[in-house]
Amino acid sequence: MNRAALRRIWGMIYRHLALYRRSWPRVLELMYWPVLQMVVWGFTTTYLIGLQGNSAALAAGTLLGGVLLWEVALRSQMGFSISFLEEIWSRNLGHVFVSPLRPRELVAALMGMSIIRVLVGVLPAVLLAWLLYAFGLFAMGPVVVAFFAALLLMGWAVALGVTSLILRHGAGAEALAWSILFGLTPFSAVFYPVAVLPGWLQPVALALPSAHVFEGMRAALLDGTIAWGHLGAAFALDAAWLALMAWVFMAQFERARIRGALLSIGE
Amino acid sequence: MENPAIHAEALSKRYTPEAAPAVDGLSFRMPRGATWGLLGGNGAGKTTTIAMLLGLLVPSGGRITVLGHDMARDRFAALARMNFSSPYIALPARLSVAENLRVYAHLYDVPQAGRRIAELAAQLQLTELLDRPAGQLSAGQKTRVALAKALVNRPELLLLDEPTASLDPDTGDWVRSWLERYRAETGCSILLASHNMAEVERLCGHVLMLKQGRLVDAGSPAALLGKYGRGDLEQVFLDIARGRAAEAVP
Repeated sequence: MNRAALRRIWGMIYRHLALYRRSWPRVLELMYWPVLQMVVWGFTTTYLIGLQGNSAALAAGTLLGGVLLWEVALRSQMGFSISFLEEIWSRNLGHVFVSPLRPRELVAALMGMSIIRVLVGVLPAVLLAWLLYAFGLFAMGPVVVAFFAALLLMGWAVALGVTSLILRHGAGAEALAWSILFGLTPFSAVFYPVAVLPGWLQPVALALPSAHVFEGMRAALLDGTIAWGHLGAAFALDAAWLALMAWVFMAQFERARIRGALLSIGE
Repeated sequence: MENPAIHAEALSKRYTPEAAPAVDGLSFRMPRGATWGLLGGNGAGKTTTIAMLLGLLVPSGGRITVLGHDMARDRFAALARMNFSSPYIALPARLSVAENLRVYAHLYDVPQAGRRIAELAAQLQLTELLDRPAGQLSAGQKTRVALAKALVNRPELLLLDEPTASLDPDTGDWVRSWLERYRAETGCSILLASHNMAEVERLCGHVLMLKQGRLVDAGSPAALLGKYGRGDLEQVFLDIARGRAAEAVP
């Protein structure tokens, strides 16, 4: 990637950062849901520990860890998809797509914005969990960074799928940007092991990188071990899903150029 | 004609296999440094043609070469050397004028972006507006900002879709004068689509008349006026739109 390409990517990131600089409610909104989730689950786990004592404390830790890490995937996917939607809402896509910005550079810029939105959204919730409930996510050790990365990548793969649907179906697919990952929560084994799921559903869960991340998180929190197998599976699945969704995105982008959808998207 | 600004060969576009063609067999060679007009009623194929020239739309048939680059294989090289403005495509409303121009300076890899933005702001009387959100500008101010965006990369080819639509006569005249001067100073090639016949007559050395996606006539405004025996281009436009052939016009 040459200097001009990096500058084009920065141009798109700068466009979104300028938007946030001028709108503090947008910044607040980034933190709102992760912090709210943290507070609600934090008090719930505090209540459970009060009822059942130490036996519930370990389970409470996995619940809070699940809440925080799942927010990484959610914010990663939303950060990507909503940044793309911002271009549609501002009726700016026509200018963007007739500039020398390549589709892959647009994707890289959306990934950059996704990282920024995850950090701004999730880090305050991590801090709050430590301050209010003495739950240190980083107590798991450096492996937590790998969990973050695996969920970030999964968020991008899902977001590429959502963006492809928006290119295919226009504004009608917008709602998916907020809802699609919530639909994967039951299969992601965020709050319970994959083994809890019915046998026929377990292969579905194990095809998702998130299920491996949360299995790995439970191993780290409950046993103090690093589940390398699950970690490797998570990254391998991320690579496969990202490659597939990148292909779908590029195919839909080219179809949109053939159908004329780039002229009317969002109308 | 050596290395034209635009070379369209048998260009066609059907949005679906069943639909009538939006553009049908359009061919032309626009020389460098010229200002040409694309005229036609609603649905004549002007927007579709411009979208294909910009690479936003893939033609169903034919070939486009822009500034020597084949748009099917090498469109990004051409896009870096051209630009586009339309009142129907907005700039992010919450960003200031300066921020918007900075975004596009990055996208077009403009060297010394700050200096270029200041230069354009001075030329287009935008200096006072640089810190204002783009969404809070009047129609005339927005048109000037859109022009600044379209000129940020010093384009060799400028595509303008109705550059003075919704402007009052005074502002419209200012924009037209500015475009005339800019073309004379830089040698930039300009293709503009417009419904304003007086504007086309004033700015364009050559006019492409489209109807139902087909090129039905072409020539300089003076030649078309002579051919149709009319006093202004609006009458020529009406003759063509209503299907009156040049020979049949009294």
